[in-house]
Amino acid sequence: MFRYILRRLLQMVLAFFGTTLIVYALTFAGQGDPIQALAGERPVTPAQRAYLTEKYNLDQTGVGGFFYRYFDYVKDLLQGNLGESLTGRSIGDILQQAWPVTVRLALIALAVAIIFGVTAGVLAGIRRASIFDNSTLVLTLLVLGIPTIVLAPLAQYFLGVKWQLFPPTAGSDPTFYALLLPGIVLGSLSLATALRLTRASVAENLRADYVRTARSKGLVKRRIVIVHVLRNSLIPVVTFLGVELGNLMSGAIITEGVFNIPGVGFNLFRGIRTEDGPLVVGIVSVLVVVYLVSNLVVDVLYAVLDPRIRYE
Amino acid sequence: MTVQPTPASATPEGGHLLELRDLHVEFRTNEGVARVINGVSYHLDAGETLAVLGESGSGKSVTAQAIMGILDTPPAFVRSGQILYKGEDLLTRSEEQRRQVRGKEIAMIFQDALSALNPVFPVGWQIGETLRQRAGMSRADARRRAVELMDLVKIPGAAKRIGDYPHQFSGGMRQRVMIAMALALDPKVLIADEPTTALDVTVQAQIMDLLADLRRELNMAMILITHDLGVVAGVADRIAVMYAGRIVEHADVRSLYKAPAHPYTKGLLESIPRLDVRGQELSTIKGLPPNLMRIPSGCPFHPRCPYVQQVCVDEVPHDLVLGDGRTSACHFAQEVRDDSIAR
Repeated sequence: MFRYILRRLLQMVLAFFGTTLIVYALTFAGQGDPIQALAGERPVTPAQRAYLTEKYNLDQTGVGGFFYRYFDYVKDLLQGNLGESLTGRSIGDILQQAWPVTVRLALIALAVAIIFGVTAGVLAGIRRASIFDNSTLVLTLLVLGIPTIVLAPLAQYFLGVKWQLFPPTAGSDPTFYALLLPGIVLGSLSLATALRLTRASVAENLRADYVRTARSKGLVKRRIVIVHVLRNSLIPVVTFLGVELGNLMSGAIITEGVFNIPGVGFNLFRGIRTEDGPLVVGIVSVLVVVYLVSNLVVDVLYAVLDPRIRYE
Repeated sequence: MTVQPTPASATPEGGHLLELRDLHVEFRTNEGVARVINGVSYHLDAGETLAVLGESGSGKSVTAQAIMGILDTPPAFVRSGQILYKGEDLLTRSEEQRRQVRGKEIAMIFQDALSALNPVFPVGWQIGETLRQRAGMSRADARRRAVELMDLVKIPGAAKRIGDYPHQFSGGMRQRVMIAMALALDPKVLIADEPTTALDVTVQAQIMDLLADLRRELNMAMILITHDLGVVAGVADRIAVMYAGRIVEHADVRSLYKAPAHPYTKGLLESIPRLDVRGQELSTIKGLPPNLMRIPSGCPFHPRCPYVQQVCVDEVPHDLVLGDGRTSACHFAQEVRDDSIAR
């Protein structure tokens, strides 16, 4: 297991440099005049141009110049310095403010998925073909079928504006209550998938031979379901939720955008919209690390849950 | 030449440990009703071994699951009949009372131990679970007893292997774990449902020997379900041959091997490869087992039977008593037996 983790960490280093290089290239290599892009419509004085050219090493041109700037960037990155956005703010500071909001939102979404999705999935799996099972099937298909870009404004309009059950937007430094509705919207997709996955897994495991064995041992039904079936059924569900947490942690561009939540996705979207190259690359570099680490944790967790899986 | 009497089952009427009377089980599916068990009656006395023989789909496993009360309902329903254990009909008991019987009075082992054991728990935990849940043992006591049980079924280094998971054992060792688990509560009856089918031939023999030894040592009665005539010979006292959810022939092992009195049994015996008959094509039973949703009229075996007459198509044969406790559900049982002896 130790060797496996070590190997995975080495792979992560490669993946990290690969992805940052690609994102860096996509953001900067095609840019015509980054200084004019920064200034927008306004004119740029020669003094300003000279200052910025020096600051961002723009005098180096061509592929060589690109790699020069990339390695310069990575050098800073490895020292924990994410650089500055074009607006002059430190990207480290931006993330420090945005991340806690996104993490809170992600945890609410995950909690919604676990509490409602897994529980309903277990019940639907036990009572296959019941009214409960069929209604969850219809509901989850509905949720899975509606994209967030539709679901989020609908929820905002009805629950936030019309019936005023929740604050319609979050604003800066949002409270738990303000994040609840966006969390539910964000979690509804994970909820639906978790429900379907749990249901299928429980239904399948209930038919397994080891359940027949457990019954022939004379165990009570509740114990068979809770101890034997659940433990096996949750292996794929936990794996899914782990990957999902990685996704949620990297921010939800649409949900954060609709509800005006100053999280990671919100800032990333702003960076893309304003062509703020350093901000985009900075955020994505960190997201890559979050994603890689969460995937590794999931794989390790998988081996812990299922003794048949051993990594060597 | 006459049939040798072997009174292995000479117990007074009504005093059987386990007795099935005219059991009917059907599967209600969307495609229709499949009559899987159609009037099975057999009995088992303390300390004896009954082999239930038949091909896949003949209803032997379903009968066993009905005895255990672990049929999947739906689709399986016990339509009628009695399952008497120590004189009391289990089918009239509540689910809770039947649960008490499982494992403690009647235990069962299954064909494929790899899937029959829970993959995510150590074997010692799984053996101990029965003891903790059913006998109220403490964790430590259950663990100690689990090691003893694993020793009993001759798993080498039992104390060291108690924390291992099912997939870490070989097929034979896994089946031993299953057996240890079934023996945990000292059952009076052990039902072994094709216990050696998933194993190598050499391991099969070891497991059969172990089961026979344990049965003797612990003085259990055993129902051995199998489709393998070779497995039966050394261990069983009596054989019940099943076809299409019926017992077609019932006899002690020696008489049955010597002179089968049902064409189906005869066909089964003739289809065993023999070393002394070379250069001849292996004889088989023509045709396929019947579709249980459309069981043939009269004798269900008639479409495949070499002895078939009009009466076989028209009338369901009753059990013909041939003496020595033998029965055969064939209109021509006498002729078939005489043929078998003459051969």
